[in-house]
Amino acid sequence: MTPPVLDVQGLRRTFRLRSGTVHAVRGIDLTAGRGEILGVLGPNGAGKTTTVRMLATLLPPSGGRAVVAGRDLLADPAGVRARIGYVAQSGGLDPNCPVGEELVTQGRMHRLPRAEARARAAELAADLRLDDLLDRPTAALSGGQRRRLEIALGLVNRPEVLFLDEPTTGLDPGSRADLWDLVRRVRRDHGTTVLLTTHYLDEADALADRLVVVDAGAVVAEGTPAELKDRHGAATLQDAFLAITGRASDAPATV
Amino acid sequence: MNRLLTDTGVVFGRSARQTLRSKTALTFGMLQPLLFLALMGPLLARVDLRTGGTSWQAFVPGLLVQLSLLGGMFVGLGILVERQVGVIDRMRATPLHPAAPLLGRALRDVVQLVVQAALLVLLGVAFGLRAPIAGVLLGFVFVGLLSAALALLSYGLAMNVRTAPEFAAIANTAVLPLMLLAGLLLPMTLAPGWLDAASRAVPFRYTVDAVRHLYLGEYTDGTVLTGLAVTAGLTVIGLLGGLALFRRSGHTP
Ligand SMILES: Nc1ncnc2c1ncn2[C@@H]1O[C@H](COP(=O)(O)OP(=O)(O)OP(=O)(O)O)[C@@H](O)[C@H]1O
Ligand SMILES: [Mg+2]
Repeated sequence: MTPPVLDVQGLRRTFRLRSGTVHAVRGIDLTAGRGEILGVLGPNGAGKTTTVRMLATLLPPSGGRAVVAGRDLLADPAGVRARIGYVAQSGGLDPNCPVGEELVTQGRMHRLPRAEARARAAELAADLRLDDLLDRPTAALSGGQRRRLEIALGLVNRPEVLFLDEPTTGLDPGSRADLWDLVRRVRRDHGTTVLLTTHYLDEADALADRLVVVDAGAVVAEGTPAELKDRHGAATLQDAFLAITGRASDAPATV
Repeated sequence: MNRLLTDTGVVFGRSARQTLRSKTALTFGMLQPLLFLALMGPLLARVDLRTGGTSWQAFVPGLLVQLSLLGGMFVGLGILVERQVGVIDRMRATPLHPAAPLLGRALRDVVQLVVQAALLVLLGVAFGLRAPIAGVLLGFVFVGLLSAALALLSYGLAMNVRTAPEFAAIANTAVLPLMLLAGLLLPMTLAPGWLDAASRAVPFRYTVDAVRHLYLGEYTDGTVLTGLAVTAGLTVIGLLGGLALFRRSGHTP
């Protein structure tokens, strides 16, 4: 077996507030191999974003270790940054900057020479159907177009690991399906490992090879979608999820 | 080192294009000193400010330092907005040198403020300012150093406060006493002893006095050297403080 591209052990993060200490992430273990799509599920406040931000070098962990894209997160954060793409749960765009310029600048921030940054921007724009929008300020994009741009920015450096934090929240069904295709294509063409968080169980079922369910900062279940369903005798991932997070008894299984 | 320079250049380019796009920011930054120049300068034309030379030679240097002070102190608002919409996080998740987002922006501010200072001086000439060209050019060095110091600290502060109103409150509270005490609009040569003494605690006092001497063609006297030492010292403090604050913000959510 090839060594995992993503290997997280005992990752923890606490926030100290005046009102007390928040244990946002209480010791999470994750692994993912090359080209694997790992779905992270969990209710609001479970610690998904905090985990992703730690793995993207944006938040120092309170404890634990992680290897991301073959580099040690704590010892070589610069090495990690060069090999990942990070698409935040929301935002990250300069509202007045034209789409084309955001793409080229992102390439320059990844230390591509100017000509190469331009070529890469053009390539991604064509690939993600942004080429008619290059001169438009990002504030004038629709939700789906904006998401495509944010993902394009995350792909500029052909990352080994792509972090997508709730990539399809707020998108219409067509745009969501588009995005699933895109994620599959990135994996197929480049062997990119994708870690995506989502609240949509159909998305997790359709897209992820393996799922991790977190609740209150800890992993409470792990397996392929089929395994999770079997383990809980559930017909749908929705039922399995509710059983896992202990919200099955009084909550109706439909939304 | 090479990396840092290239990366700073990338952020500088991005920030400079942002500035050029927002014409409002450019004009509004200039508006206040321009109004002072046009509406207050003429009032002083026949007043003896006791600085030697004409009142314009004392007034325009004051406006330059004011431009640098107001322009530099509030640049943090821009990065605060970018931080809140996630642009800073996106930059920090790339291999860009960690200091480049700070240095590239501050460099943009220095260039912008020196250009605005040059425009202000040209307008001053139209109103009646006469000063030796070498003194005027050296004056821009002071404007650049001071702008760098303030911009760096402003960014450092903005990265460590929670909200824009919090930042504005701190900057506003600081700026007015500093401006008045430094003797920017009217020089401290007119001040009673206690005020003059108090003003010596404000570093910008030494900057503006030095630039006033430069505008009189006195390049090597003690005032200019003291002003240079204080202003350059501020730049070093701004650099170290700004870098430390910027680094700190990467460790706190
Ligand atoms: N900067 C912070 N300071 C204090 N507490 C925080 C901070 N960031 C996150 N938290 C807390 O940590 C916990 C986990 O938050 P996180 O954003 O990781 O959840 P999430 O799983 O991404 O939720 P959602 O599905 O709503 O996006 C929450 O209780 C949250 O309030
Ligand atoms: Mg989240």
